[in-house]
Amino acid sequence: MIVAIASGKGGTGKTLVATGLAWVAGASGRAEVHLVDCDVEEPNAHLFLRPQITSSEEVTLPVPQVDGGRCDGCGRCAQVCAFHALAVVRGRVLVFPELCHGCGSCARQCPCGAIREVPKRLGRVERGRAGGIHFAQGILDVGEAMATPVIRQLKRMALAGIPETALALLDAPPGNACPVVETLRGSDFALLVTEPTPFGLHDLQIAVQVAREELGLPVGVVVNRDGVGDGGVDRFCTSASVPILLRIPFDRRIAEAYSAGTLWVDALPEYREPLRGLLSKLKASCGVAP
Amino acid sequence: MKQWVVLSGKGGTGKTTVAAALAHLAAQELRLVLADADVDAANLELLTAPQVQEAHQFSGARVAAIDASRCTGCGLCAGACRFSAVVCEGGCRVDAIACEGCAACTYVCPAQAIAMVDWPSGEWFRSDTRFGPLFHARLFAGQENSGKLVTQVKQSARLLARQDGADLLLVDGPPGIGCPAIAAMSGADLALMVVEPSVSGVHDLRRILATARHFGVQAAICLNKADINPAQAAAIAGVGAAEGVPVVGLVPFDRAVVEALVQRRPVTEQGPGAAADALRGLWEALRTSMLSA
Repeated sequence: MIVAIASGKGGTGKTLVATGLAWVAGASGRAEVHLVDCDVEEPNAHLFLRPQITSSEEVTLPVPQVDGGRCDGCGRCAQVCAFHALAVVRGRVLVFPELCHGCGSCARQCPCGAIREVPKRLGRVERGRAGGIHFAQGILDVGEAMATPVIRQLKRMALAGIPETALALLDAPPGNACPVVETLRGSDFALLVTEPTPFGLHDLQIAVQVAREELGLPVGVVVNRDGVGDGGVDRFCTSASVPILLRIPFDRRIAEAYSAGTLWVDALPEYREPLRGLLSKLKASCGVAP
Repeated sequence: MKQWVVLSGKGGTGKTTVAAALAHLAAQELRLVLADADVDAANLELLTAPQVQEAHQFSGARVAAIDASRCTGCGLCAGACRFSAVVCEGGCRVDAIACEGCAACTYVCPAQAIAMVDWPSGEWFRSDTRFGPLFHARLFAGQENSGKLVTQVKQSARLLARQDGADLLLVDGPPGIGCPAIAAMSGADLALMVVEPSVSGVHDLRRILATARHFGVQAAICLNKADINPAQAAAIAGVGAAEGVPVVGLVPFDRAVVEALVQRRPVTEQGPGAAADALRGLWEALRTSMLSA
């Protein structure tokens, strides 16, 4: 069962929910638990789970390298590149690797066989263990723009060959664009974490649109900091038939534990039972035996 | 004209709260143009009551479309696609959500059955607000190219700001350090990093500061909810000192921030209060540095 934890708006508590769920699922010891931090621009789950990292692999993108001896300056490569990553100036090819999406068309279409693809580093994937939890995270290198290929590679590595019975929790990045779609795609459930404010509501509506309407995933909501703000999120969830699966009250102790890097379910045991309840609901939604 | 961008690395630290307060305060004494560069989750409009003056379609992306009547089902397209966006099972079809828009499939199709078509990926708007013109956008759910839409919004805002002789272009940025954040900070005179005192706040601040340094953008720090964790607040001051980045604002935790949000106005418009007063202090500090620069 693969559950992606997303939100639209940043800072609503995705990592809080993901790490809490991983902890209670891991403690039950019933099935393999994987936590995959797909927020590769700002991965934070490791700060709370403190995993032992046992492997680190580079994520690369194949980008063109032009052999000036073979190139006749025809310009076909620049013509086929949809991302303007190549330009021909006075018969010479200039490559802008930061614009390249790694599609390979330039190399494939070059009539002179003058282009070969070389790996350009975008970031890395780290894997390890946090107690009983299998941990993996992607880390985009500073200055790199493209998060999606890192997420793609992370998911490929972290989810390959895991048993059907395993629980994989994907901690998604904020927003609603391609990195979120890459995280959600192939999941069994989208758990959307929001806060009951106009900002939370606005971004939740878009997240439901992406997850349920565009990707066809079942969705459920966690309302975090319940009690602040207004009733807009509740009204929306009712009218759009989106189930609210858990409410986490506004509790300064959670904020303090979180700010100190303490796993909140360690510090505040009373939240374990509600999280177990959430896990049961997720399993029921996905048709997994409790 | 100065261009400031409000960023954070980590999401939900209070970028829009700070940006809206700065907009309210700045508009009282100078000519201002606003841009919301968080096109995935645009929230500045919720606090500024924009009256839309112009709406534009944005087609940043193109996707492959296969003409089934020409397709022979040979599967060369699927072989050329590195994004698993073409499925060939009794005829080929494109998964438009997975399609990267690279057109690799079109070049290898022997039947010329594939064309690239424009894909509406968002809208952008020029609106009037009580603080000045606001440029904002809506990326359609799950679309690519949010960086391109950010650039479109910023360029339009910049053009108008130049034409109108505005003093300040204030940009509310997206979270993260990737494509949209890089697009939001390009050309900025100052990136104001709004950060909360938490271990994740410190971690993410280091990465967004490194990104700003990488692109040569000057940074300053505004510590939000500064009193939640004094140890982490001190750690942030330490990061700032080590990086030569000044802490220009200290905003305490204040319930009035959420109350103002529910009222859909900048917290500084609600009158005096702990957060509002601190945000006034932030504006004073930034204005002084702007005038002295």
